[in-house]
Amino acid sequence: MKFKSWKDLPEGAIVRDVPTSPEFKTGDWKSRTPKYIPEKCTHDLLCWLYCPDSAIHVKDGKIEKFDLDYCKGCGICASICPQDAIEMVEEEV
Amino acid sequence: MKTKAFIKHALTGNEAAAYAMKQINPDVVAAYPITPATEIVQIFSKYVSNGEVTTEFVPVESEHSAMSVCVGASASGARVMTATASQGLALMHEILYIAASLRLPIVMVVGNRALSGPINIHCDHSDAMGSRDSGWIQMFCENANEVYHTVIMAVKIAEKVNLPCMVGMDGFIITHGMEVIETIDDEEVKRFISKRTPLYSVLDIEKPITIGPLDLFDWYFEHKRSQLEGMLQAKKVIPEVVEEYNQRFGTNFPAFLETYRMDDAEFAIISMSSAAGTMKEAIDIKREEGLKVGLLRIKTTRPFPYEILREKTKGLKAIGIMDRAESWSTMGGPLSIEVKSALYPLDKRPFAIDFVFGLGGREFPIEDAFKIIDITRKLSEGEEFPEFVHIGLKE
Repeated sequence: MKFKSWKDLPEGAIVRDVPTSPEFKTGDWKSRTPKYIPEKCTHDLLCWLYCPDSAIHVKDGKIEKFDLDYCKGCGICASICPQDAIEMVEEEV
Repeated sequence: MKTKAFIKHALTGNEAAAYAMKQINPDVVAAYPITPATEIVQIFSKYVSNGEVTTEFVPVESEHSAMSVCVGASASGARVMTATASQGLALMHEILYIAASLRLPIVMVVGNRALSGPINIHCDHSDAMGSRDSGWIQMFCENANEVYHTVIMAVKIAEKVNLPCMVGMDGFIITHGMEVIETIDDEEVKRFISKRTPLYSVLDIEKPITIGPLDLFDWYFEHKRSQLEGMLQAKKVIPEVVEEYNQRFGTNFPAFLETYRMDDAEFAIISMSSAAGTMKEAIDIKREEGLKVGLLRIKTTRPFPYEILREKTKGLKAIGIMDRAESWSTMGGPLSIEVKSALYPLDKRPFAIDFVFGLGGREFPIEDAFKIIDITRKLSEGEEFPEFVHIGLKE
């Protein structure tokens, strides 16, 4: 954090350095992690479409990776997948 | 450099406020009607329809929406005004705080009216007093002429310190009472208020920003401290703007506090708004009888002029504070509580008593003003009284 005191803050509590969301790693909220099963995947990209956190990366029309820095573990990808190519597994602590 | 003669009009307080708004020609007005301030925006909407202003007028479905639209428009850098009263102001309550914390210089005219319940449409100050900690600059006018000029000054004050400003006038007594208003011409108004220079604009795509982010235990406290700077700045800017206005237009409006016949006063009445007019008349009569009584009329309550009050009450034996609102603290109305705490650090303080009067539009006749002067005189002579008394109550 670059601010040290209230005197450093911009008036009106505005945030000038935008976007700020990439700095906010929401991945540590999750208790379950998506486990991707490539053999079952048909790359229909429904998971990519439905992911509320844009945490599924696609390259050349194919699933590339699950970005666990931002995946909150909601499981929408797993429930939307018609091929059962995603399983939600308990996070190991 | 005084300007040319005023143009005289016979106007009510509402008409005077609407006329000032027409001359200001704000970019956006969003409003919802409510007695006794309805006419302000009703008349203003006619100006819009007649093409006399270029304002984007947004008729919304509630006051909560009205203030929300004002916040959005003001955050885009627009000059924004609105008007409301009583329940309307209450419904705006949560957005008032947001407007202030985003440092948006919205100017709002308030026709001060009692809050329900029981339902009442007449004058008291419970509406504005309910917003006294919202972060808005708050001013209260004695008559319609002062409303007209204060609305113009408020635009400049608000935009200089980036805080919203409420201009209060007593419901019906001022909003609907016709007076001779001395207006200045359109060009003079435009020149005085010039253009708004916003702190930021959400429409500035070159400098994208986030406004209203979540702010928890780590920085909320600091943001609140930062907001206080605006109010501290207002203490300097309000007298500067009022002085500039008085100089330019030959008027004599107070910034924070008006003193009336205080020179050799032994005791004083502290009052606000229209009741101060009645009190001046009563003081003139009592002065004839040899009583050394004066009046301190508080014009601006946020920021609260505690230093000036300390100065002006120096040497007084007693003060009688008039409150047109309840605070339910059981120690009197809100104004008396603030006046008394302003004087607390002094070694020598005058005796003080609070008069709660005029709730829900209860008439304040000159006989009641005499009663207030009489009790305050007795207090100055050492007679004992309770913390506060009710004036004009059927007992």
